Amino acid sequence: MGSSSSSRNKIPNAQELMDQTGFSSAHLLRLYDRFECLDRDNRGYLSPDDFEAVGGLAMNPIGGRIIDAFFSSGQDTVDFSSFVRILAHFRPTDRNRNKEGTQQELPNSRTRKLKFAFQLYDLDRDGKISREELLQVLRAMLGLQVTEEQLQSIAERAIQEADLDKDDAISFDEFKKSLEKVDIDTKMSIGFLK
Amino acid sequence: TNTYHLSFHVQAEMLDFLLFGALISAVDPVAVLAVFEEVHVNETLFIIVFGESLVNDAVTVVLYKVYISFVEVGAENVQTADYFKGVASFLIVSIGGTMVGLIFAVILGFITRFTKKVRIIEPLLVFLMVYLAYLTAELFSLSAILSMTFCGIGANKYVEANISQKSRTTVKYTMKTLASIAETIIFIFLGISAVDKSKWAWDTGLVSCTLVFIFIFRAVGVVGQTWVLNRFRLVPLEKIDQVVMSYGGLRGAVAFALVVLLDGEQVKAKDYFVATTIVVVFFTVMFQGLTIKPLVKWLKVPRATNRKPTINEEIHERAFDHILTAVEDIAGLQGYHHWRDKWEQFDKNYLSKLLLRKSVYRKSELWEAYQKINIRDAISVIDQGGNVLTSARLSLPSMASRASFPEVTNVTNYLRENGSGVCLDLQVIDNIPGAKVEEDMETHHVLAGNLYKPRRRYQSHYSRHFMPLGEQERQDREVFQRNMRSRMETFKSTRYKRHKKERSLKKVRRIKLQVTSPPTSSCDSLSLCSDPVVVPVETEDKAEHSDPEKDEDVGITFIARKAETPKQRPKSGCQIPLLPPPPPAPPSPPPASSSPTSEDSHLPWKGSLGSPPPCVSLEATKIIPVDLQQAWNQSISSLESISSPPAPAEPVHPRVSALSRLGGPRPASYTPPGSAAGSTFSIGPQVSQGSFLFPDKKKEEEEEEEDVEGEWLRRCSRSCLP
Repeated sequence: MGSSSSSRNKIPNAQELMDQTGFSSAHLLRLYDRFECLDRDNRGYLSPDDFEAVGGLAMNPIGGRIIDAFFSSGQDTVDFSSFVRILAHFRPTDRNRNKEGTQQELPNSRTRKLKFAFQLYDLDRDGKISREELLQVLRAMLGLQVTEEQLQSIAERAIQEADLDKDDAISFDEFKKSLEKVDIDTKMSIGFLK
Repeated sequence: TNTYHLSFHVQAEMLDFLLFGALISAVDPVAVLAVFEEVHVNETLFIIVFGESLVNDAVTVVLYKVYISFVEVGAENVQTADYFKGVASFLIVSIGGTMVGLIFAVILGFITRFTKKVRIIEPLLVFLMVYLAYLTAELFSLSAILSMTFCGIGANKYVEANISQKSRTTVKYTMKTLASIAETIIFIFLGISAVDKSKWAWDTGLVSCTLVFIFIFRAVGVVGQTWVLNRFRLVPLEKIDQVVMSYGGLRGAVAFALVVLLDGEQVKAKDYFVATTIVVVFFTVMFQGLTIKPLVKWLKVPRATNRKPTINEEIHERAFDHILTAVEDIAGLQGYHHWRDKWEQFDKNYLSKLLLRKSVYRKSELWEAYQKINIRDAISVIDQGGNVLTSARLSLPSMASRASFPEVTNVTNYLRENGSGVCLDLQVIDNIPGAKVEEDMETHHVLAGNLYKPRRRYQSHYSRHFMPLGEQERQDREVFQRNMRSRMETFKSTRYKRHKKERSLKKVRRIKLQVTSPPTSSCDSLSLCSDPVVVPVETEDKAEHSDPEKDEDVGITFIARKAETPKQRPKSGCQIPLLPPPPPAPPSPPPASSSPTSEDSHLPWKGSLGSPPPCVSLEATKIIPVDLQQAWNQSISSLESISSPPAPAEPVHPRVSALSRLGGPRPASYTPPGSAAGSTFSIGPQVSQGSFLFPDKKKEEEEEEEDVEGEWLRRCSRSCLP
């Protein structure tokens, strides 16, 4: 159809993006529309305040971190391909694909999803979630009803459970292991992005 | 002829068959529940089948009523308007029933908010309100089952939070009992009717056709609807799920009740229908019910996971929910999480405020989950024979959490519900062995071996002629060491300001770590000076203090010995003769065994034991607050009163004399003197020179710290002299 192919031309590197992320062209188009909608000044990229204009993020305890996750370190703009790549993490995993090499490279594999979540905790990017970082997340998520002491004991317990090499921090592998029984593919997927 | 056998015996029209079809196709919640509770399939599957059986009540009842009315009127009089009325009545019945249920749910939640003072009537309230929902729906000819179901669903969260643990238990088990009784009665009635020949008439064709068709058409219906649903589902329903869904459609008492209620005049074939229904119900419940378990196993249906919840999973799952909500917002999708989040906001801001008790409203779910996990752990420790309070991993709950503890989770009930072997009723003598036996023994052994036993248990071992050197010695020594150490901590901390206390902590830590275990000679009896071991201790922090003086052997040296008898009190029992003054200490860094320095004291706790657990003193220091001055003063003064100044049997060592001099003017005040006391001692080479220096401020601080120990030790040694 003429209209869709011409609008596909609007999107730079559309085919490449589709291959890398696994999105269909319809989805890509929809995301592009959303991108343009968020990009109020039509600059072609998004900055943090564009994200903050999205309603509901202010109420989200870890909204700030998620916004930061869109911006790879150092930059303060997000172009469309990074936007799509990050959102690709939340595609439901295709169960029919064979689980060999190809799966790993896709952004929505289990490992990649977990990696995304891990980076939300690990703010200083040292590869480990320290007790302090965990406390910060807990503080954000639990709010004012819980005392500092209670937070400390929860964090203590979480680290005790997960920390296998006893370095008082949770590395990515430990994080993965502690969640091995959770169905990440379901928990970290958004149905619309199928 | 046989082929028309059906139409001769069974006089039924199209409408009658429609009626029969309506009542026979309804899946029965009772039967489904009874069977699926045995099977334990995964939650999704269970909810699909059970939910279907609950909700289809509306459909069944409506269809039944509609067709009955059509039958009464007669097939030829039915007009198109009636069909629409039928559809409309279906909508009214189902939605009306739901609304009635929800209204009663709100009322129930609201009432339970105020039942704190009258806990005993809480279960009664729950039953009554739900029954009232049922009756009200029946009154208005709405769907009663739907009303009850939604009353339960709606009120669940609030009622569960509001009522006490005991009420919760009561409601749960009473309902289970009542349900069990009701099921049994229904099936008894079914059985009796089956035997009573007057009530039914057999027709082979009808029965066999019905059996076959219900199976086939149910499967068709399931497959078709699943295909449609899978387009919208995140997790598609697999073939296996579909098989279980179609096989699990058991008919039960509802169908039977409905068929018996048919009017024999209106529906001529009633008796045949009754017989068929009885056969169908028996067949599905018995055959399908019995074989579903092996089928599930054979098909490897994913079973219900019974995993132990961990706090990590709780935390991260919550985090994921937040993440997904945010991503949905960013991507502009109004997805599942978006709506769920909206609902939760609404619930938090309005509903919960209205329906939840104030104290419950403020609690945090994650904290509750954490508490539950903690309790589970504590129970498993106890089940394995351990002792919760000495278990190193668990810390004592703070006052804040203790306050909330009894309200939310009663340990007794928790134990009972979890089938734990632990029984808090002291009069019950019950020996239920723990689950993991080897681990039990290991843990138990470790704990039993390391728990200190009180002294009086060992009285029996005391013999006048033979002093066994055994457990008690070690224990006493350890305990004495710890006591002395903790007193040392307090002494230090009371003397100096807090920031210095930290430095001394580090020192103490290092002191302990450097205590080497002297060779444990295997002598069975006490012997003086059997194996004096010199254990020098460096008291300075190499990193912190750059004072060159500190690198030398300026530590306090202890010579340890085998300890005393169990019966004697440590203070009086320790024999600490001063060794004759050693040669002047060479200023060389001391390795593990170096020559003794100026001051040697025998101290029992540096004895034939390895390094005592370093953590103890640290904890002890934490527990004992700084302002223990009062108590410390008293103990010191009592120490001094007991002790006597050292008899100068040997040449008076300058330090010793200074010590005695010191002992005099210092009764009760230990404020940092700054000049007089501490600084008079300077250990090491300086002492051997016999001079008392008044070092500078900087050195004074450092020396004061290290000196504290020495000073204190001297005090102790003094007090221990005979």
